[in-house]
Amino acid sequence: MPLQGNYQGSSFFELLQVDHPHLAPDLSVWGESAAALRPESVPHGTTVLTMKFGDGVLVAGDRLATAGHSVASRDVVKVFETDPWSVMAISGAAGPCIEMARVLSVELEHYEKLEGESLELEGKANKLSQMIRANLPAAMQGLAVVPLFAGFDTRRKTGRLWKFDITGGRYEEGEFDATGSGGLYARESLKHGWAADLSRDDAVKVAVAALTAAADEDRATGGVDLERGIYPIIKVCDQNGHSDATEQEIAACYRAILEARAAGGNL
Amino acid sequence: MSMPFYVSPEQVMADKAEFARKGIARGKSIVALEHQGGVLMMAENATTLNKIGEIYDRLAYCGVGKFSEFDQLRKVGVRFADTTGYAYSREDVRGRSLANAFSQVIGDVFTQQIKPLELEIIVAEVGDDRYEDHKSNSLYRIKYDGFISDHPGFVAIGGNVEEVESVLKNDYRDGMPAGEAAQLGRRALSAGAERSSELDAGSLEVCLLDRQRTGRKFCRLSADEVQGMLDGS
Repeated sequence: MPLQGNYQGSSFFELLQVDHPHLAPDLSVWGESAAALRPESVPHGTTVLTMKFGDGVLVAGDRLATAGHSVASRDVVKVFETDPWSVMAISGAAGPCIEMARVLSVELEHYEKLEGESLELEGKANKLSQMIRANLPAAMQGLAVVPLFAGFDTRRKTGRLWKFDITGGRYEEGEFDATGSGGLYARESLKHGWAADLSRDDAVKVAVAALTAAADEDRATGGVDLERGIYPIIKVCDQNGHSDATEQEIAACYRAILEARAAGGNL
Repeated sequence: MSMPFYVSPEQVMADKAEFARKGIARGKSIVALEHQGGVLMMAENATTLNKIGEIYDRLAYCGVGKFSEFDQLRKVGVRFADTTGYAYSREDVRGRSLANAFSQVIGDVFTQQIKPLELEIIVAEVGDDRYEDHKSNSLYRIKYDGFISDHPGFVAIGGNVEEVESVLKNDYRDGMPAGEAAQLGRRALSAGAERSSELDAGSLEVCLLDRQRTGRKFCRLSADEVQGMLDGS
């Protein structure tokens, strides 16, 4: 019978694996051939960060993708809305990362339509960790997917955020986290600027400062590109759902940093 | 050696159709109508088992008959739509191909299985203002034997469908405001339910495909929102 497959559950990821294996992003098969891939031939995303603030969570990412020592793209998007209450930011091999974000967003919508209710925020994070675990063979060969996941928990009325490791390990963080090649520098910057009760505007400032610090120290991170008009993507998720920080807002934060630096500040 | 009784194909089909029709007529009606801001779907249904559901960005589904059967078919539709949208693009999930696929499944069961599906469904699609050739709404009705038809303006299924349709036929006009469409839908359903008083908001399940929304156009209204809409606010 057309349309009717073998899979009867509510997971889109499993539906693909069972009934449409040619569509499933079965990244494990990449594992064997990935050994032949040189890391410089595959674009990698660089710095992404997430933090809690007074009203919810903020997720930010620069726009640069690198392949080895070359720029693969200057305006790649690494921060994705996976549903109205959650955001995923990716670092690692861009191809599998972006595909994983896409599958997760269909997964969450698919579950909601079939079951009539959406998953709890923790359930969404758990689903993502299963998908990362499925990618482990590829990760062992260098095609790692290391995302950050954050969102507004509508039941607990608070923002929450998770980091992951390549084995699918899922760790909830209470304050902030950053990953990717410039993640270490971004975390250092966040450590100084972050406070639990930041306002939304201050949180955006702290995020721009952290990305700028990462771009300063890590050549693979893009930061703010005023010349080309390419700005990091900064998404905020609070009790009203998503909103984006505007380019003007980000540019203003960045100019303030440049001015402070020119005046001899230590930013 | 005994010969099986010969039964003519006409007789088999007529018996199956009779069986399916009986099951469907026992239930309550659902109406779907176009209005200024999109498509409105309304069912007489005070339970928490929904008869109207979301399929995709611009597609909704309504089913009458046996709940387990039409709800299962809805899930088949969601799987079909999500897989198509994932393999191609979200804009490639269209009402006509979904309605045809449903018609195929229902028709196959009708001819090949002993028991036909006791259901009748509507596939509603709201137009997309971004594309010149996708601007109009579509309403498809698919019967228990897979027969598919498209209905500009409005469509009704299930229960006393003739009474419901006659109210819609008399009072429907193109480009009605949403509130007026809701009132007409309630009037039509009340006529089908053969009640002296009109159905109240609490016994109606109302969903919209709202043209103005970005992304997923489907929304389910709470009893208060339904009341507000009927009051014209």
